[in-house]
Amino acid sequence: MKRKLIGALVGAAVMSMTAGQALAQAKAPAAKGMAAKPAGVKLSGEMVKIGVLTDMSGVYSDLGGQGSVTSAQMAIDDFKAQAKPGWKIELVYADHQNKADVGSNKAREWYDTQGVDMMTDVLNSAVALAVSKVTLEKKRVLIDAGAATTRLTNEDCTPYTVHYVYDTYALANGGGKAVVKQGGDSWFFLTADYAFGHSLEKDTADVVKANGGKVLGAVRHPLNASDFSSFLLQAQASKAKIVGLANAGGDTINSIKAANEFGLTKNQKLVGLLTQITDIHALGLPTTQGMMFTEGFYWNLNAETRDWSRRYFAKMKKMPSMLQAGVYSAVLTYLKAVQAAGTDEADAVMKQLKSMTINDMFAKNGKIREDGRMVHDMFLVEVKKQAESKEPWDYYHVRSVIPGSEAFQPLSLSRCPLVKK
Amino acid sequence: MSEIFGVPVQALMGQLMLGLVNGSFYAMLSLGLAVIFGMLNIINFAHGALYMMGAMFAWMGLNYFGIGYWWSLLLAPLGVGLVGILIERSMLRWLYKLDHLYGLLLTFGLALIIEGLFRDQYGVSGQPYSIPEELTGAFNLGFMFLPKYRAWVILASLTVCFATWYVIEKTPLGAYLRAATENPQLTQAFGINVPLMVMLTYGFGVALAGFAGVLAAPALQVSPLMGSNLIIVVFAVVVIGGMGSILGSIVTGLGLGIVEGLTKVFYPEASATVVFVIMAIVLLLRPAGLFGREK
Repeated sequence: MKRKLIGALVGAAVMSMTAGQALAQAKAPAAKGMAAKPAGVKLSGEMVKIGVLTDMSGVYSDLGGQGSVTSAQMAIDDFKAQAKPGWKIELVYADHQNKADVGSNKAREWYDTQGVDMMTDVLNSAVALAVSKVTLEKKRVLIDAGAATTRLTNEDCTPYTVHYVYDTYALANGGGKAVVKQGGDSWFFLTADYAFGHSLEKDTADVVKANGGKVLGAVRHPLNASDFSSFLLQAQASKAKIVGLANAGGDTINSIKAANEFGLTKNQKLVGLLTQITDIHALGLPTTQGMMFTEGFYWNLNAETRDWSRRYFAKMKKMPSMLQAGVYSAVLTYLKAVQAAGTDEADAVMKQLKSMTINDMFAKNGKIREDGRMVHDMFLVEVKKQAESKEPWDYYHVRSVIPGSEAFQPLSLSRCPLVKK
Repeated sequence: MSEIFGVPVQALMGQLMLGLVNGSFYAMLSLGLAVIFGMLNIINFAHGALYMMGAMFAWMGLNYFGIGYWWSLLLAPLGVGLVGILIERSMLRWLYKLDHLYGLLLTFGLALIIEGLFRDQYGVSGQPYSIPEELTGAFNLGFMFLPKYRAWVILASLTVCFATWYVIEKTPLGAYLRAATENPQLTQAFGINVPLMVMLTYGFGVALAGFAGVLAAPALQVSPLMGSNLIIVVFAVVVIGGMGSILGSIVTGLGLGIVEGLTKVFYPEASATVVFVIMAIVLLLRPAGLFGREK
């Protein structure tokens, strides 16, 4: 009885809220229809609406989260200042809680009732795959900056999904290859037990084998495992030279911490396959020095990256991860494409996107391929020793630049049906 | 080398040891919950958040005031205990007469608020807290390489658990506590200040969580999410042991740590769920829990 009453109350509250929104939306176009008549740009709902869907509070919220929302807003502000568009741009964001069903429901709601034209960030591979399906169904645009799985541009590719920042192939190919070449030819994997971890493990194992190494085994741990010592003991028992961490965020941090404590790093080398600058910051240089991995962005790369990152730092008090920097670039590129296409209609924008060359602080001569892969240079980095670090967040030696053509899976190997062979 | 189901005995021993370490945390946390539930009839969902607060206090103490690990081990639980007393005085004590559900909702809300505050301030990646000088290094046990710190965790937790059990079951103070649980009105009629005891019990229960937090700080990353990762398992432990049973929570905590450790060897994918499977089975066969009494 009590429960029913609460249910009814919540239901009524939600109904009144959505009704209010619908009303507001119905009013909005009439109000500014005349004022903001865009110069030759035809827009649905009289504005471009961008949705940042990310993990706002869970394990990955330092990689994306509020930082992604901030960089999306920066991109909108910069675009307004540079291009002076005569049309309105709006930003919405939501937390998908790392749950695929929450993510796809949110996407459906945004596309159906809120008139969202483009979604970005969407980290977490499981969520990304679900949102990509909804995007295809609703014919909008998804520029995914956060997810890692290569399935987005292979089996599950769609004409409306762009995979922007990195993928497991690029991570494996950069870090994996370099490590095998340095003599790390036997591997054991510590893998997060879901789409992303499996994908990263498989791609890295392929690279290791292709370069003459061998894989001795793997252990799958649940997402968000609090204690890694037992998995690390198994890794230790494998006697593999390299222990590959096919996980991310808080899981990577706790793995590295426990590996140091259990003395694993004395005889074996730890390779984080998706390590990001926020992880290094959280662990500190003494624990992480000498680790090598692939990054898509580093704030201290050149004057342009430093300039942008310092602006970001002023707002967030942290340097951006490659995801957060990627979100900025993705939003900016999308807005330029809408401007050039003269509409926010998804097919036209996608056509424009795939014909553009992307040049900003994130990508140099970036190209979006027919399978949706954005191809740009990646970086092989090594973590500095404490003594080599000159200022806060000065963490990497960039050991080599991996050209986009080598970093990402070649189009000839793509399993995406959109690719004409 | 001998093997059990294809796993070398040595590896198995190592995993048992680690299971015991994790079990120590479960035991300490579920002990606090059991004490609080036994005395206050409150299902304290804020326990995980207060455990995290213990670890955060240790980190803050070190980074803002230069307080080392050993002092933190004393001061952080005291701080958490004070926060607990504040919560009890200002909010919880109005709820004793009401259904369990109200206490649960209040503490759950508090947990979200506390976590949210720390997350907003420090982000989720957490802060590094290094192992104290005296406890770095490791023992070579022959079958495994056991970091000294983990050994210390087992020792400290067992001592605290035993002392708590002793005080509650074997001393006059414990007898008053148990009497107040059984019949508060009658106990008060004998001139014992029951509300004061209730307040101190809550403070002590959450101080145990804070203590576990400080113990965990060097072993795990100190992060605002560390409590919510653990608390659900700890609740399962309490349910399996029997709500409110002191000995039950200690034994079940250690036991389940070991079971979980073994699962990580034989079928790691299930390590996050095994505790709940056991919980379901126990609830089917013994609804009051392994050590609980039906009322």
